[in-house]
Formats: sequence, structure tokens, C-alpha cells
Amino acid sequence: MLSVKNLHASVEGTAILNGINLEIKPGEVHAIMGPNGSGKSTLASVLAGREEYEVTAGEVTFKGKDLLELSPEDRAREGVFLAFQYPVEIPGVSSTNFLRTAVNQVREYRGQEPLDAVKFLSLMKEKMKLVEIDQKLLSRALNEGFSGGEKKKNEIFQMAVLEPTLSILDETDSGLDIDALKVVAHGVNQLKSKDNATIVVTHYQRLLDYIVPDYVHVLFNGQIVKSGTKELALELEEKGYDWIKDEVSGTAV
Amino acid sequence: MSKDNQILEEFTSKEYEHGWSVNYEADEAPVGLNEDTIRWISSKKEEPQWLLDWRLKAFRHWEKMKEPTWPNVSYPKIDYQKLRYYSAPKQKSKPKNIDEVDPELLKIYERLGISLNEQKRLQGIAVDAVLDSVSVGTTFKDTLSKLGVIFCSFSEAVKEHPELVKKYLGSVVPATDNYFAALNSAVFSDGSFCYIPKGVRCPMELSTYFRINAANTGQFERTLIIAEDKSYVSYLEGCTAPQRDENQLHAAVVEIYAAENAEVKYSTVQNWFPGDKNGKGGIYNFVTKRGICAGDHAKISWTQVETGSAVTWKYPSCILKGDHSIGEFYSVAVTNNYQQADTGTKMIHIGKNTKSRIVSKGISAGKSQNSYRGQVQIMKRAVNARNFSQCDSLLMGNNCGAHTFPYIDIHNSTAQVEHEATTSKIGEDQIFYCNQRGIDSEDAVALIVNGYAKEVLNQLPMEFAVEAQKLLALTLEGSVG
Repeated sequence: MLSVKNLHASVEGTAILNGINLEIKPGEVHAIMGPNGSGKSTLASVLAGREEYEVTAGEVTFKGKDLLELSPEDRAREGVFLAFQYPVEIPGVSSTNFLRTAVNQVREYRGQEPLDAVKFLSLMKEKMKLVEIDQKLLSRALNEGFSGGEKKKNEIFQMAVLEPTLSILDETDSGLDIDALKVVAHGVNQLKSKDNATIVVTHYQRLLDYIVPDYVHVLFNGQIVKSGTKELALELEEKGYDWIKDEVSGTAV
Repeated sequence: MSKDNQILEEFTSKEYEHGWSVNYEADEAPVGLNEDTIRWISSKKEEPQWLLDWRLKAFRHWEKMKEPTWPNVSYPKIDYQKLRYYSAPKQKSKPKNIDEVDPELLKIYERLGISLNEQKRLQGIAVDAVLDSVSVGTTFKDTLSKLGVIFCSFSEAVKEHPELVKKYLGSVVPATDNYFAALNSAVFSDGSFCYIPKGVRCPMELSTYFRINAANTGQFERTLIIAEDKSYVSYLEGCTAPQRDENQLHAAVVEIYAAENAEVKYSTVQNWFPGDKNGKGGIYNFVTKRGICAGDHAKISWTQVETGSAVTWKYPSCILKGDHSIGEFYSVAVTNNYQQADTGTKMIHIGKNTKSRIVSKGISAGKSQNSYRGQVQIMKRAVNARNFSQCDSLLMGNNCGAHTFPYIDIHNSTAQVEHEATTSKIGEDQIFYCNQRGIDSEDAVALIVNGYAKEVLNQLPMEFAVEAQKLLALTLEGSVG
């Protein structure tokens, strides 16, 4: 589904990604871990098409298409979803109105009829149940005055409504207490299927207790330096990232 | 150029939709302004002597006045002798009702999306259509007259209801009030007149649609709304003009009189030609609008959506004379390209327990300048007066300006006056967030801007709110890139 080959990217002239290789198949959950500044969030942003990041080399194919050629909105319409680390506030725009605009633009791109108000509301209701989000939150202005947990829940709710093929969760666990974390993880697990895939970007192993990955990759200095199964995450939790750093510099010498 | 700026650029470079003009035979006053011009206009309109005298007095006063220079706008000096002060489409005979109006003129309004055909119109709105200097027709007159509501052109009111016109004309905005009001008083040609009798709740929205067609002609209309005790009316005005290279002057006056327990809601969607992308042409919109809450418990509410005009100078105001009277001002002013707007309100609290509320939302894009100028005045007698003002500015791109000039003048220590102000920018982050959900940049900006202006748009009658939303998006189209 997603194939990343030798991806290099920089921001304002500073190289952040230095040759990422990653293969993701439908139904898989991949965790990307790594110390602060290793390039985790950059990878998420580059895949979503954020403008500040310049891709200097490499290729990314998504469902057979050259992802890097597509505009951010077309990537979204093709089924790439990024759950933001810091969801943006849009004053005066209700979540409902925002999502309806989004859903209908995505449908238009796919050659589907727009959803009328009734159908859209029933879709909302169904997804609200799935991710356990309060209706009151959705009639408020998008993310405005939301707590950290509410913002993250709302991201997962949007994901549920938009039904992406590839979801990228960028540090979704940051700023969440354990209860909120469980709710969010439960939502993500509900949405998993054999046809879609998830990339979980996280610093801590904690989230992976609830969203269990098939593969774990460790990012360091803009490269994937180690890949393994979920046991790798536990090992990291126990030994810290220094162990990886030493190992990497050891092999380099 | 960053993506953000590109989006903004594209979004603001959309062309003006109503820029066409039509050729028709016109009755025109000679170019230039002197007492003879005024006599010519007055005789053309078969006016009584008292009105001519009133005009001449205003003119003589105007001649001694100086054009104001305090607004935060700049434009080349207007040569008042090079303008034409009256232009009216020739109609074969005076139409008695809307069915007799020249179909060619009705077509102009059809093309603007305003059907004057009563059968085709939504039941809820009566329209007075003003083309250049005259009213071409008013709809639903009969329906309204059964309730005693008078809704007609100003000229007609002078003929049919001289006692009302004489009593209220200049009572809220005196002929000598300011430079442009004095000019208007001297040369005003037509406009709308509306009278709601005691205890009547006007069953439909009343609206005037102003269209400037002729070149080199100023439009000077006058609107007078009188709401008697315990009456209610909601009034809407809309305006467009052809796209021309020269600037055109529009200097209107609106007066509202609200008696005890009366409520008047006045909404404007102003979309005069704003000039082209390079700032060429466009309307100078120098307007005086004022209402008086003359009786106790009266309420006047102004809502404006200002998207057009090259230069705007406009401060819809409320004089809160009656005790417990309420004044409101809700405004969205959008400027793009080289547009300049200096707009706001004045709330003058005279009566006891008077309340006012100001919500102003400025949006600047392109190379435009957008100023809010507002005055809250609490007079000595105004015990327990309250005011709340909120002035927000939204900037799009790096080449525009937003300015706020609040004046607060308090002469009674029991007053409570609050002022809040914010300035924000449409961020790349917000646009990217929308993009990531599949929304393209243009719709993202429309969504963000409408969200920002929501509090004001909510004040508009439903169907106009939808129009205004579209207009906002259209005005800013091309300003994102």
C-alpha cells in the first residue's frame, strides 16, 4: 500500500530525513519510535505533504500512485489521514460543518454524490458511538477551547468519519492521561480492518500497550536504524534510546 | 512566495461579478454643481418650494464646508464640478405599479438576480429598485398598504405624504451635519421611504436595491424610515455598480426614527464595484447613516456586510435618547487589493439604562487598508448606561493593514463600558489542517473567514446570510495561493 524508498527531506536547508525505507501492507500497524529530534514528526508531515518540508531525494508510492506528486488535499482524498500532534483551532467553524465540507470534497474527488444533511448526520451518529465522543463537542467551534484529550479524541473521530486507507497518528499519546489514552486507542482499534493500515508515531511505549503494532521501527538521525516486532518497543522502554544510539555509533566506527 | 501567500494571492484576485453596464436613454442634468443644478433637479421632480429651499440652504452651507481629511483613507481630490448629479432612465410614461415598468429596466434587476415580478418573488420581501438617480419600481405596495405600511420611493413620498417627509427629513441627520450629508441634502435624487404605523409588525422584509449604471454620475439617495410606537420592521439594502475605470461617488444618507417600543433592524450588503486588481476605478462610498431611538425601550440594530467600494467612509450610528433604548452595530468589512475602508459606529447614550453593543469584524487582504473607527459617548443624564464593544481584525498576507480607532467619552460615573480587540492572521497551519482533511485551499479560506464573521452573519435575515457568505468567499477568492 505504501512504499517509501530512500526518502530524504530537509527543512530550511537542514537535512532531517536521511534515507528512509519503509514498506506497509494493508491490515498492518507500524510503530515509528525514536528519541526527540530523530525525524519522527517530519516523516509524518512529509507523507501528508506539508509545504515547509522539501523532499530532496527518494520516492513514495501510495496505492500505486506517486504520493509526492499529489497536493496535500489530494493525498487526503486518496485516503491518507494525519492525526495531528497539535490539532489546529478554527474559531467559529463547528466540527460538524468542517467535517461535512471535508467529506463532500472527498466524495466529489471520488466521483460520489455529496451526502445530504440527513445522511451526513446519521454517519456522524454512527461514528460518534464508535469513538465515544460527546455530541456537544461537535457543535462547538473546531478545537477551540478543547482540552488536550478532547482535541485528540476529535482527531480520531474525524478519522472515523473520513475512513482513510492509511492513518498516521503523530504523537497522539502526548498530553493524554491514561483514561483518555485508552479511549483514543479503543477508537483506533475499532477502525482497524484488513484493508487499511496505521502508522503510530510515538516517543513512548505506553501507547503500544493499547494499539499493538505488527512492526516497530526505530528512527535515529533521520534513518530507520532498527526494525522488529512489538518486543522491540518493550526493550526500548527498558533500556532507553541510548542503547540504540550506542549501537548505531558503534557500527559506524 | 510561501504557499500561504500564494493561496491568499489567488483567492483575492477574483473579478467583480456585477461589472457590466446597460445602454438606455437617459434624462440627465448638465455636468457641474451650482444652484441652478439644484433647481433643475427639484423642478424635474416637481418638488414643493419648501423642499427646494431646504436643498438650497444645504448647498449654501456645503459650499462653506471642507471635505473631511481625518478618515484613514487617501484618494485623489474629487472635482465636484466634473460630476453629473442626476441621471434617470427615460420611461415612456410614469408606471403606476411594477407591471407597467419598462421591461428593459426590469431585466437589469433580473440579471442581478433580483426579480421584481411579485408572482415570482419570495413572499417575504418587498423591493424598491433604485437605478442611478430614480426609483424604477416598488413591489408589494398594495399588500403593505392594507396594514398602513408605506413603502415607496422618496420622490413619491414627497408627493403623497409631504407632512411625514417634512416632519422627519433632516431630523436625525441635519442637512448641515457633515460635508457629504450636506452635499446629499442639496442634490439627493431619490431613495426609499418607509413608514410603519403604531403597533404594526411589518410582515415582510423591506429592501432597496441600489444600482449605479450611468458613467460619471454620482448617486445620492436618501432613505427615511419611521417606526411608530410598538412597531417593527426589518430593512435590507443591497448595492452594485458597473466596472468602470473612473471612480464614482456615492454619497447617501439614511435616517431612522424609532418611537417608543419600536424596533428597526437595518441590514446592508454593500457590493459596489471595488476597483480592479490594480486599484483602478471603483466607488467612493461616503455615507451617513444614523438612527434615533426617540422613545423609551426603542431598539435600532445595524448589520452591515461591506465587501465593495474603492474607498468606504461610513459610520452607522445610534442616538439612544429614550430610556432603556438599545443600539446595536454588527459589521463585517472586507477589503482586498487596493480597497480602503474606514468604518465603524457611534453610540450616543443620552437616556437612562441605555445599552449598546458593537461587534466589528475587519478582514484585510491584498494591499488593502481596513480601519475600525468607533465612538461610545455616555452623556451626563445616561445613568447606568452600558456598552460592549468587540473589534476583531483578520489579516490575510503581509501587505495589508488593519487599524482600530476607538473613542470612549464618558460623562456619567455609573456607566459600564467594555472594549475587546483582537488581531489574527489566517495561518498556514489552519489551511494545511483543512487540506489534510481533503478541503482545498479556497474552500478552507471561505470556511475560516465565515467562521470568523459568524457572529455578524447570524444577524442577517436567513436568505441574505447565505448570500453574504457566498459574497465573502467571492470577494476573497484569489487571495489565497
